[in-house]
Amino acid sequence: MEYLIGIQGPDFVLVAADNVAASSIIQMKHDYDKMFKLSEKILLLCVGEAGDTVQFAEYIQKNVQLYKMRNGYELSPAAAANFTRKNLADYLRSRTPYHVNLLLAGYDDTDGPGLYYMDYLSSLAKAPFAAHGYGLNKRFILNLPSFTVRLIDKEGIHDLEKLTLGTK
Amino acid sequence: MEHGVCICVCISTSCHTCKSYKSARTQKQMRKSSSIRPLQTRPVSLTLKIVPFRLAHGTTTLGFIFQGGVIAAADTRASAGGLVACPAVHKITPIHSHLVVTSSGSGADCMLWERILIREIRLYQLRHGHRLSIRATAKLLSSMLHPFKGTEMCVALTLCGWDNGPKLIYVCSDGARLQGDVFSVGSGSPYAYGVLDRELRWSLSKGEAISLAREAVFRATHRDAYSGNNVDLFHITAQGWSQRKREDLKEEYYRDKEKKGKKKNDKLK
Repeated sequence: MEYLIGIQGPDFVLVAADNVAASSIIQMKHDYDKMFKLSEKILLLCVGEAGDTVQFAEYIQKNVQLYKMRNGYELSPAAAANFTRKNLADYLRSRTPYHVNLLLAGYDDTDGPGLYYMDYLSSLAKAPFAAHGYGLNKRFILNLPSFTVRLIDKEGIHDLEKLTLGTK
Repeated sequence: MEHGVCICVCISTSCHTCKSYKSARTQKQMRKSSSIRPLQTRPVSLTLKIVPFRLAHGTTTLGFIFQGGVIAAADTRASAGGLVACPAVHKITPIHSHLVVTSSGSGADCMLWERILIREIRLYQLRHGHRLSIRATAKLLSSMLHPFKGTEMCVALTLCGWDNGPKLIYVCSDGARLQGDVFSVGSGSPYAYGVLDRELRWSLSKGEAISLAREAVFRATHRDAYSGNNVDLFHITAQGWSQRKREDLKEEYYRDKEKKGKKKNDKLK
């Protein structure tokens, strides 16, 4: 049961993800980072099926970096989001669809902050706030122990204090 | 083209490698020639119908890192459904002098992938003149397993090794690749985690770490039906791996029972 949340502010995007890497009912890691840095001002948050998340996210990450190397400038968050969605869509009706739910958060120097919600059926929506999963504390049968929180603004990506709610 | 038959000693309860292995191509050809019938055995694990979650691999393996290196421990039972197919299996295999891998899942798949990994690591070393790091080994293994995702192949390996420090990485045929300080894999893993999570610290001495690993495997084999017989223990340091003599847990059980009996008598007095 994984959780992602993103909130877009006037000149920043705040994102958080839980830190659990689980295998069926056992927590294998309590300090797993689910955010992938696509560029200096773009973060991709990725949850879903075990191997698919890392494979897909790293594929997008490397392609975004390749674009920068080839063209000399970085992809904007909107372009990166649409590129990600296209890849998900292309694999959707193949033999190996990627079962991943994503949030892409970025800061564009011209357009400002942006938060994009994508799911495994390759839908894409630009939203002021978005989440994947059940983040309830106290009411949900599972309590996620801790969350990594990051902020993106015109200066780049900043790590904020790790949130630890509930008992470990 | 002949279909391949996989007769394996299955150390898993939930994988179906006791069915014959068929590639997509041969499947088509087999449908054409109905005289060749695949070797079907009944699906393994009746307990899948009772528990609501997928029972993971009938075994107990664990690994953890501490100040004195890495400890890898595993039981030695291979089960095929309710049968103890072999009571003395090697679930921990050395890959090179500073890396061992603990295996769980399907016995045949694990043996195959261990051999493939040994081959690939040795080839890399010969071609490039230096040894691949443990993280790179894990990534290589994960990419090699990726084409088989979604098939019935079932491997869950823990790479325990040393390169510039102790490393412990879990790689699974589902695609998961996790680096951490402690991992336990298999149907006995909840019990092993229970013992490990309580006592594990970075500052353990070598003797304490070894006895902790033994205790964890012993408690898991005591409660888990699909784990048992003996415990194998490997210790990996900067100097390489060293193996402890295989210990029969039956004796440990009787020693433990005697200790408990003495305690009870002391209390009654």
